[in-house]
Amino acid sequence: MEQLSVDNLLGIKYIKRDDIDLIFNTADHFKEVLNRPIKKVPSLRDITIANLFFENSTRTKLSFELAEKRLSADVINFSSSSSSIKKGETLIDTVNNILAMKVDIIVIRHPNPGAALLLSKNVESCIVNAGDGTNEHPSQALLDAYSLKEKLGDLDGKKILILGDILHSRVALSNIYALKLLNAKIKICSPLSLVPKDIESLGVSIENNLDKALSWCDAVNVLRVQHERMEKSYFPNNREYSLLYGLDKKRINNLKKDILILHPGPINRGVEITSDIVESKNSIILDQVENGVAIRMAIIYLLASKMNISKES
Amino acid sequence: MQKKVLLNASQIDIIINRLVCQLIENHNDFSNTVLIGLQPRGIYLLDKLLNVFSQNHSDIEITSGNLDYSFFRDDFRRNEKTIKVKPSNIDISIENKKLVLIDDVLFTGRSIRAAMSSIDSYGRPESIELMVLIDRRFKRELPIEANYFGAKIDTIDGDKVSVVWGNNKVDNVVYIEK
Repeated sequence: MEQLSVDNLLGIKYIKRDDIDLIFNTADHFKEVLNRPIKKVPSLRDITIANLFFENSTRTKLSFELAEKRLSADVINFSSSSSSIKKGETLIDTVNNILAMKVDIIVIRHPNPGAALLLSKNVESCIVNAGDGTNEHPSQALLDAYSLKEKLGDLDGKKILILGDILHSRVALSNIYALKLLNAKIKICSPLSLVPKDIESLGVSIENNLDKALSWCDAVNVLRVQHERMEKSYFPNNREYSLLYGLDKKRINNLKKDILILHPGPINRGVEITSDIVESKNSIILDQVENGVAIRMAIIYLLASKMNISKES
Repeated sequence: MQKKVLLNASQIDIIINRLVCQLIENHNDFSNTVLIGLQPRGIYLLDKLLNVFSQNHSDIEITSGNLDYSFFRDDFRRNEKTIKVKPSNIDISIENKKLVLIDDVLFTGRSIRAAMSSIDSYGRPESIELMVLIDRRFKRELPIEANYFGAKIDTIDGDKVSVVWGNNKVDNVVYIEK
């Protein structure tokens, strides 16, 4: 397949296995570009991209912006804290105003699940979801799966554990969709209060004992406890969470095998993972960050390639 | 469309040997030269050239690589299909090197321009030359000419030139479809 099956990247839920393969294959080439002395290609020199971040972000925003600039796109950044959103403007009005300035692609992060989908139905532009509430974070899932594939090879049958706050995590949901498309086996490990209802219907199993779960898996993706999304208390305190669900050196040393450790960031050191594990040889956290730029270049390049100039004129 | 053999296997063999000799004439011991096969089809001509070097001129050490210039093409977003990207493989510094870009057919010259732009991202070579198996004259859209060519042919719009590399040398053939 040479083209994506979709015109927007709203979530992994909407794409196919072939799309993932195409994105990974294109990302391979962009990784090579990123290792050249001059790490830039001119493909998107006639494209303008707006990064609309209605929620805080460091890694994702920088990664998207760098990917866009490496592709030679013109980039404008928007953050809700310094915008007319504060004056009561609706999301669609805000975006339509930005599009009136001849913007071609919108990268959006929003606290409300479905925000990217809503935009794609109401505005004439290519939409890339950079995280919508607790729903999806497709580019993160793609870079996670790409980093896993780089280390483990084909993910068919590989055992991946997702550990932490599954309930509030868009990364978890997108990871589950992506890993299922790649035929990996998935387990989640979390306090029962942080397990979404009916999660098994997505084809994952639940293991509450972290040591058992770790001895099962080839890789573990550790997720942050998202206190900012919690309206009530889901577990007694951080110390208890850390004792039962925190990844530390003792747990890793007790395993009779090496497993890969991923974390999408930001990391709460000492809560879901200890510093020595973050910096251990098993950790591929910095590979994830590096691969993030290549994956996002691939996503934007492939979506832009479907925006044919003749159709515009 | 009528399909006609333009070059048969023995003619291609003679041409490849000649092209190798021409390279040796201009590049001496190749100590400062890098041969770059252009994706997707120039890499096969590079392979054939390297075979001749290793069989007939084994004293010469050749440095080579493959280059994909897809991200530098000027027709991005102008095709119905997405351009299929192939791997680039240039593991050496090309700074101040003499490069020879190698492709199978020179037609409009746009691919070669994209390749020259693309090679810039690896460094600043001392010089760039171009070698092609087939030079389709009179079809250039840019001021680009080959330094080394196998055969020059005259074609009109709609003609299709295809270079077929067989598993064995005797199966190599160049067709023109009119």
